[in-house]
Amino acid sequence: MTRERVHARLAVRLGPLSGVWRPRIVLVTLLGLAAVTLTLALNVAVGDTPLSVGEVFTVLSGGGPRSHRYIVLDLRMPRTLAGILVGTALGLSGAITQAVTRNPLASPDVLGVTAGASAASVSIIVLGSTSATVSAIGGSVGVPLAALLGGLLTAALVYALAWRRGIEGFRLVLVGVAIGASATALTSWLLIVAEVSDAARATVWLTGSLNGRGWEHVVPVAVGLAVLVPVALLLSFVLGVLHLGDDTASGLGARVDRDRAALIVVAVALAALATAGAGPIAFVALVVPQICRRLAGTARPPLLTSAIFGALLVLAADVIARTVPRTELPVGIVTAILGAPYLMWLLARGVRGARR
Amino acid sequence: MAGVKHVVHQPAPGALGRRRRSRLALLSVLALLVLAAALASLAFGARQISLPDVWSAIFSPTGTGDDVVVRTLRVPRTILGIAVGAALGIAGALMQGHTRNPLADPGLLGVSAGAAFCVVLGVYAFGVTSLFGYVWLSLAGAFAAGVVVFMLGMISRDGPTPVTLALAGVSLTALLQAFSSALVLDDAATLDAYRFWSVGSLAGRDGDIAAQVAPFLAAGLLLALVNTAGLNLLALGEDVARGLGVSVTRVRWTGLTAVTLLTGAAVAACGPIGFVGLVVPHVCRIFTGSDHRWLVPASGLAGPVLLLGADVVGRVVVWPGELPVGIVLVLVGAPVFVALVRRRKLVSL
Repeated sequence: MTRERVHARLAVRLGPLSGVWRPRIVLVTLLGLAAVTLTLALNVAVGDTPLSVGEVFTVLSGGGPRSHRYIVLDLRMPRTLAGILVGTALGLSGAITQAVTRNPLASPDVLGVTAGASAASVSIIVLGSTSATVSAIGGSVGVPLAALLGGLLTAALVYALAWRRGIEGFRLVLVGVAIGASATALTSWLLIVAEVSDAARATVWLTGSLNGRGWEHVVPVAVGLAVLVPVALLLSFVLGVLHLGDDTASGLGARVDRDRAALIVVAVALAALATAGAGPIAFVALVVPQICRRLAGTARPPLLTSAIFGALLVLAADVIARTVPRTELPVGIVTAILGAPYLMWLLARGVRGARR
Repeated sequence: MAGVKHVVHQPAPGALGRRRRSRLALLSVLALLVLAAALASLAFGARQISLPDVWSAIFSPTGTGDDVVVRTLRVPRTILGIAVGAALGIAGALMQGHTRNPLADPGLLGVSAGAAFCVVLGVYAFGVTSLFGYVWLSLAGAFAAGVVVFMLGMISRDGPTPVTLALAGVSLTALLQAFSSALVLDDAATLDAYRFWSVGSLAGRDGDIAAQVAPFLAAGLLLALVNTAGLNLLALGEDVARGLGVSVTRVRWTGLTAVTLLTGAAVAACGPIGFVGLVVPHVCRIFTGSDHRWLVPASGLAGPVLLLGADVVGRVVVWPGELPVGIVLVLVGAPVFVALVRRRKLVSL
């Protein structure tokens, strides 16, 4: 590990990787982490049997009465962890997509990837009962796998259709909206032709809800994230050079096409994983990276910070969804109500850079 | 300069008449297609009824099962399809003309979502259950959503380009749908009313719905036809139009009122149905050119063809069940949308 100074900033170098020491990002990230911990405790604390935040921490550190342990560890913790994992995946996915496309409007939900992943997952849920082979590989592996395939397929389709002597930001977004609408229509079609019981299961999943998430939902997402997050963070080191534009980046020795393709695949996989875990949750991937970019004062969305704030947004939205309305709402509705005005504000400001 | 003849920009004698004849031919072909689509809509369905039986059911009913199905289910549904298809096609043509935006469509620009949300709000907060109430709420919502989307386009630093308007519509739709879902989940009665038309379907509508929205549709249709000449002049640019003596404000407000009436009534009757207003004017423009005096009537005829056609397809593909027409239209309309977006110059209209 060597250290040198670049323009009054401390540069850090470790093997082939290098970065600049930015205290503000570190500070923002640590604050985000603290906020996630607090919201986690809050999310576990609220419910039919209210606990205090202190009691939650007692249980998490290994103490507390048995009833509290049951409520916290068996009932509320899986849901909260699912929220954290899904939010992390969405925030990271959005940050990578926006950094690679250099377009603040690009995110897996706007580009239709989430809708494609949902359509594929619903087809597995619906076909699961009619076909024995599908049902055998179904269960816990089938839905995430189908979501992954559906997401990748949709992303490839959107990219191919938006390609016309290069990718233009707005064309990519509009093609994504159209493909997303088609995927949603396909999902509705599947729901109509499905058996009633399958349709009911799929509908619950489709509302983008953390309700009823158990450990069996948490584990596949956690395993997937354990693989994808390190890959994403390693790949993120080429983002800086990609941000300079294709020509400059290849001139500096980056393998632009290969690196970009790898980043996009990782971003799509993260979004698909999140969708498989909790259904389509709107606007998190769009909003979080831009907020983090402004908080951290960086040129492109910071990945790790976006991941943590993604978890924070999903958890906070879940707390709101469970406490504010009379009946509990799916978390996806709350994130849409928080996120859509932000998209409007982004439009009203004029989207610099999105034309590129 | 008495000897100079101004013939350069005049079409050759007879050319104007030929053009008019070909346009009239187009309108009659479209009218025949509407008739064909209506017949298909009467003939296809869960119960298989032959065309002669349909004929006798309409003109000499004897009270058989087939007669009841045709007279109480299929005839109202077909009439509704014609009315709503015409409304959406014309609304799309007007929106594209006024915004000079090839991506304008009541569904895409959030107008339908506004209408739908207002109805949900009315049911939730005031317990509105009559269709008459739905229509007024739907009109108010359509109007408000249209204004909000255009305001967003205006205050945007990029101006009201096709892209900013489309994205403003998408974000407004997402917001309003989230609010609608929240209200619906909170109240079972609202959910019941909402399910009725949230998907956009011609199925299961009462026979008298078409009659109840007819006055609004007729008013919208009239305003739209009045609006066409002024709209042609506005296409030259607002300054030129003003110089030629057009009251720009009046033409704009007439257009907005017509779009609101047509979309609001269509949504109140059938729920939000997308892409008719997008696809139809583009197809018609290939044949009529950009003269709105021809484009608007042509869209009014092509709209029912598309809507009834999609409805029949939806009844056939998953027979004996059926697919809501809104879903079929997305699957038809999205490729057209992608093709439009892929064109080099998006802004020119």
